Amino acid sequence: MATARFWRENPSRYNLKAVRCGNCGKVFFPPRAVCSVCHRKSIGKMQCMNLKGEGEVYSYTVVHEAPSQFEVLKPYVVAMVKMDEGVMLTSQLIDSDPKDVKIGMRVKTTLRRIGEDGPGGVIYYGYKFAPMKV
Amino acid sequence: MREVAVIGIGDTKFGELWDLSFRDLGMQAGLLAVNDAKLAAEDIDALYVGNMSAGRFIEQEHVAALIADYSGLARDNIPATRIEAAGASGGLAFREGYLAVASGMHDIVVVGGAEKMTDVGDVFANEIQSSAADTQWEVVFGATFPALHAMIARRHMHEFGTTREQIAQVAVKNHKHGALNPKAQFQREIELSTVLKSPQVAEPLGVFDCAPLSDGAAAVVLCSMDKARSYTTKPVRIVASSQASDTLALHARSSITSFKSTQVAAREAFRLARKTPADVQLAEVHDNFTISEILAIEDLGFFPKGQGGKATMDGETMLGGKVAVNTSGGLKARGDPIGATGVAQIVEIVQQLRGEAGRRQVPDALLGLAHNVGGTGATAVVSLLEVA
Repeated sequence: MATARFWRENPSRYNLKAVRCGNCGKVFFPPRAVCSVCHRKSIGKMQCMNLKGEGEVYSYTVVHEAPSQFEVLKPYVVAMVKMDEGVMLTSQLIDSDPKDVKIGMRVKTTLRRIGEDGPGGVIYYGYKFAPMKV
Repeated sequence: MREVAVIGIGDTKFGELWDLSFRDLGMQAGLLAVNDAKLAAEDIDALYVGNMSAGRFIEQEHVAALIADYSGLARDNIPATRIEAAGASGGLAFREGYLAVASGMHDIVVVGGAEKMTDVGDVFANEIQSSAADTQWEVVFGATFPALHAMIARRHMHEFGTTREQIAQVAVKNHKHGALNPKAQFQREIELSTVLKSPQVAEPLGVFDCAPLSDGAAAVVLCSMDKARSYTTKPVRIVASSQASDTLALHARSSITSFKSTQVAAREAFRLARKTPADVQLAEVHDNFTISEILAIEDLGFFPKGQGGKATMDGETMLGGKVAVNTSGGLKARGDPIGATGVAQIVEIVQQLRGEAGRRQVPDALLGLAHNVGGTGATAVVSLLEVA
């Protein structure tokens, strides 16, 4: 595996770089060249933006059987989160007892270590979710 | 487009088949199907092979030529094509073979599907399966394939009040059917409590909510209908085979409690066949997880959205119910050697329509449906077959 495979995604993994269709306003994450609603009318009109990083849990699970990369974390919570901009993201939900996680709870993204490129390989980072203090 | 028939079927047992290699499996299923159709090698115009990930499971790509070779067809130099769409690879290979004959390009084709999953450890095998989802934006963050389906289950429970017991009942029912199938990986009935108490994989799903890792292969022979009766007295007509796609990542959809790809493929298949879901007596649906069958029976139009759990608990999808779903045992009990699965579904439907399904025979089966899914619904194939 090549390090480039991870760092080329950094703008979205670190700063939630997304695009908004200049024609209909729909937001896409990660960025795309074409809007799936407007098709050709959107070409050249996809505007870069960063998501604010806040949203609510749409669904979640507690993972007990994990890939080797995540073995030390298990059990861990994975959630699909509907961001306030309307687009949905999937990642781990941390700093929360699995029993307290609910559909609809408010969360925000936080930059964390996601994994490494094999044993002793480069560490890569990205967003996880954490509960928002109300 | 001309009419196409299935004139031969063959399948291996599914399971942990340590003494059989990928090529053994592909060859066995292919030869059974060719013998069933009483074909000579020179009758075969082309081969299509459904396979998801031989490159990672057995470190061998180029598997269509491999299977043609080991099936004794190397000197016939027929076109041999591999088809990949994750879990839908087999169903898609079937559709490609159907199109090749329907178009008039070929008269007789063999469609095979095969996967050898137990040559690698189960943790790695599960990682390979997860690559059917979006590896860059789902899996890399820790969302395994079972985790994505668990989130579908959680959302279905939240939106429709589907219960954990209703979801688990899918496994109980499919094990009951699998117990009647001598080719099934699991041939023992289980209790609801077994599913509910099984070790957690991704909550709310446990081990007994997940299809197993399997080795296996299946094959069918397709022929133009005008020539079919010279090979068999019981040709089965393919009345439609439709395919649809959707976003690769589950989170890019407006709803995760339906698979739009299944709905679109089913709607198109029923339109082409001029049939409705009420005309179907049996269906093989893609139950890679228990929740997947609940989505499937709703999205295919057998039950209203949100009622799949209740219908399952009420026995409407059992042998003898309103529509017999997964009489083979489904992916859950029959086993799920990924690339083979979609072809094995066709084998089961054809056996049923010929009246050769033994103890699990659906009486007076006239129209059967096969439903094969890739990833979390990024590909779906729906095929309808009837007694010719």
